[in-house]
Amino acid sequence: MKRIFRFCMYFLALLWVIPLLWLIWTAIRPSQLATSLSFSVDFTLDNFIDAWQKAPFAQYYLNTFYIVFGILIVQLITATLAAYVFARLNFWGKKVIFILILVQLMIPIDVLIFPNYNVLRDLSLLNTKLGIMIPYFATAFGIFLLRQRFKSVPYELEEVAKLEGCGILETIWKVYVPLAKPTYIAFGLVSVSYHWSSFLWPLIVTDSAQNRPLTVGLSLFAQSFETGAQWAEVSAATFMVIFPLLLAFFIFQKEFISSFMQSGIK
Amino acid sequence: MKNGWRNSTFKVNFYSWLFLLPSLIFLTIFTFYPILKTIYQSFFQSMQGEHDSVFIGLDNYKYLMEDEVFWEVIKNNIWYALGTVPTSIILAMMMACFVNAKIRAKSWIRTFFFYPTVIPTIAIANIWLFIYTPGYGLINHILSWFGIGSVNFLGQSETVMAAMIVMIVWKQAGYFMIFYLAGLQNIPTNLYEVAKIEGTSAWNTFKTITFPLLMPTTLFVFIISLTNAFKLVDHIIVMTQGGPNNASNLLLYYIYQVAFRFWDKGLASALTVIMLMIMVIIAVIQFFSLDRKIHYS
Amino acid sequence: MKFNFKKNVVLTLTLFLLILAGCTNSTTTKTDDISKGSKKEKIELSFYFPVSVGGPVTKIIDQLAEDFMAENPTIKVNPIYAGSYADTMTRAQTSVQGGNPPDLAVILATELYTLRSMDAIEPLDRFIEDDYINDFYEGFLENSQADGKTWSIPFQRSTPVMYYNKEAFAKAGLNPEKPPKNWDQLLSYAKKLTIKDGSGEVEQWGVEIPSSGFPYWLFQGFALQNGKNLMSDDGKEVYFDTPENVEALQFIVDLSRKYGVMPKNVIDWATVPSDFMKGKTAIMYHTTGNLTNVKNNADFEFGVAYQSANKSYGSPTGGGNLYIFKDIPEEHKKAAWKFIKWLTTPKRAAQWSIDTGYIATRKSAYETKLMKDYVKSFPPAAVARDQLEYASAELSTYNNGRIYQVINDNLQAAIVGDKSPAEALKDAQQEADRILKPYN
Repeated sequence: MKRIFRFCMYFLALLWVIPLLWLIWTAIRPSQLATSLSFSVDFTLDNFIDAWQKAPFAQYYLNTFYIVFGILIVQLITATLAAYVFARLNFWGKKVIFILILVQLMIPIDVLIFPNYNVLRDLSLLNTKLGIMIPYFATAFGIFLLRQRFKSVPYELEEVAKLEGCGILETIWKVYVPLAKPTYIAFGLVSVSYHWSSFLWPLIVTDSAQNRPLTVGLSLFAQSFETGAQWAEVSAATFMVIFPLLLAFFIFQKEFISSFMQSGIK
Repeated sequence: MKNGWRNSTFKVNFYSWLFLLPSLIFLTIFTFYPILKTIYQSFFQSMQGEHDSVFIGLDNYKYLMEDEVFWEVIKNNIWYALGTVPTSIILAMMMACFVNAKIRAKSWIRTFFFYPTVIPTIAIANIWLFIYTPGYGLINHILSWFGIGSVNFLGQSETVMAAMIVMIVWKQAGYFMIFYLAGLQNIPTNLYEVAKIEGTSAWNTFKTITFPLLMPTTLFVFIISLTNAFKLVDHIIVMTQGGPNNASNLLLYYIYQVAFRFWDKGLASALTVIMLMIMVIIAVIQFFSLDRKIHYS
Repeated sequence: MKFNFKKNVVLTLTLFLLILAGCTNSTTTKTDDISKGSKKEKIELSFYFPVSVGGPVTKIIDQLAEDFMAENPTIKVNPIYAGSYADTMTRAQTSVQGGNPPDLAVILATELYTLRSMDAIEPLDRFIEDDYINDFYEGFLENSQADGKTWSIPFQRSTPVMYYNKEAFAKAGLNPEKPPKNWDQLLSYAKKLTIKDGSGEVEQWGVEIPSSGFPYWLFQGFALQNGKNLMSDDGKEVYFDTPENVEALQFIVDLSRKYGVMPKNVIDWATVPSDFMKGKTAIMYHTTGNLTNVKNNADFEFGVAYQSANKSYGSPTGGGNLYIFKDIPEEHKKAAWKFIKWLTTPKRAAQWSIDTGYIATRKSAYETKLMKDYVKSFPPAAVARDQLEYASAELSTYNNGRIYQVINDNLQAAIVGDKSPAEALKDAQQEADRILKPYN
């Protein structure tokens, strides 16, 4: 019984890794071989070179970096401030606001594509990187995650900081932020990988290479071959897009996994 | 000792609101206001090009009730949820139990299960599109070894939904595995020691100890995967555009079509309202079934 | 202990403002560029275009834009690749709705009514000199003109054509110089061309007619061969469920479901050329825009022919026209027109056709030495042009996107066997009537 289970799971793991191997296999072989499964030893980087030359992937990379880290920085600030308030202060209307923020956890912004498109149009932010980022600046998820952590910070530490003459922002900066570092890393990883992957919203908002993130660029690239799918080149482009994430994942595997764990359960 | 500004109710309130302000501004502009505006707009008709909208009451909703595509989409989404949610949960649980045990190549196995999580859905769609392609795709190559002819997975209504479900399960099972791993680590080891002494079989141990104690995690994962079933539509754009004959169309993709291909604002709003209602229903399920203390406080 | 109240308030607010400022900076750069440009009196044009043929069209377009700018230093053209035809249309609509339309764009010729009902495009008559427009093929102009005005200039235009593998024909005992002329021949040839291996699996199909993405286009060819066009000239009515059309759809469905000479279910537009070049199908229906791609990549001799006739030959036109948008400054319109005129000179139209396989849209392009030499060395290059004699306007109505969705869904339903051809076309008709009702 146990053996069967183990065998099945090893087999499953193998199944799970096959799509990646298939992608790499297709990407590094001459494009005319993409349609056959012959096991020759041909190796080429031409597909990568072609893909890189045919679409401005460098620009897409920059855009994605800008968008992802732009969102993260603002999120960290807004979430830290709000989390502190919820963790430590009692103020008028706390419960109502708390529930309002819960609403965002219930209703992901991703389903509001149409109304938010209209909002963006009214703000004249269509086809800007800010337009892609701005709906995500407030993060209920980040607020709850940090509030959780801040609550476990001993109150005495705040007292000490005050004795030393720290103001409220200084207290947050010097006491809470350093102690919540693992939570920040967790939140950062989750936020970055989420926004790195997001597609539908930037697709709707952007219409020039100047502002397109990688995901949108990749889908346009993949669809630009109506005369016959160019699997080798598309695979190469796909690999280029996922490579940094995979690399980061393999290097920071432990942090990644423990962050994702923290993100859900605390 | 004095507490400084904390003694002043005014100042505490002032700071609280000041610090909440940035979050509240963005939440208002991009969550609350759009929700209210959508509900309002769903009672109006404004077709492409026409700048004035006409109040038509519930006509958009009536239209939807008669719209075959709408019902097809709802039906598809239910199947999509039924296909992805339980499978992902069961697989994730099995993966976690497996990876948590003493096995060879543990961290490699864990990596293999988890890595699809960090790949954007759109990239996954590219990969799987080629896996499913009739004639040249990986699966069809393998089938041909067994003498089975080319199957057009994405081109026929019988298989297209199943093909997408398999892909999504592949993408998200490893993600849920992580939550189960966390859950497993919270189970006291002495419970297992007792079971071992009593000679309980592995399956019984799982049934009486592991599974019940993982229940909160299961509920949590259930909610996430259910929400995902309504949120994840990126792959449709690359793989099928909802076809053949809407067999793979899902609610959010239908909203995208109605809003940005047909420019029927009223109908798109009504569809969004229905989407919101589904989200609220999921939240209600969560509220009643989850011990909220586990996650939010 | 004294707490620095003011300092904190100021700090928080500054921080917040800094964020916003940082963000807005990035958005204003674009307008900065433009205002700088206008100082030098350079007109900047944004130009959306789709790619739907093989070959490095993006590069060709970029090169064209550069050549144009070299000759016209006061105008700067920014070509923006916007995806497929449907994506480009969506993009353009989104931008128009957002109050920031492109200056010009290549969009499907059939989007005329939709763009007009959005009041998005500029009529071009005031720019056009008579002899200029008369040089374009009438078949292409059908989708350009409405209400006595010309709204767009034919640019990357195509028709579906039949590609066939001469070697496969010879092997099957068919004359490689005689492609099927009518539906009966198409069927009987396809039967001969379908080859099965020992286990009964098909190694080579007789014919492939793609049915993903825009199945209506190829269906329309069959409808025209069997009767009349799918819509009225004013784009307010469609005629989907005529007996002739049911017969046409039945024929397509029968090719796969009854006779087994074509793969079942939805055949992907993008894999059909691969199948053809790999010898997995002996005949394919595909756009002429693919000609150069097939020419460069097929390692066997192939021929190009008209789509088979039934009652007559027939074909829809297809492809994109150049549009100028309405809500842009007058000088931009003039500059855009200059660019359009430059793009459509006979010599450039000829070169464009040679590079891609699209039909050169002007008659005089085929009179250039460049084109004459090319046709002489590669006769298939003229087939699509000659087929224009039998071509009619592509399906185009008000609320086009929705009509396409309805007809495509139902065609696919018939192709995968969910509905009978008669049912499918009847459903499509009813739904289309409902959609077009407000316009009648």
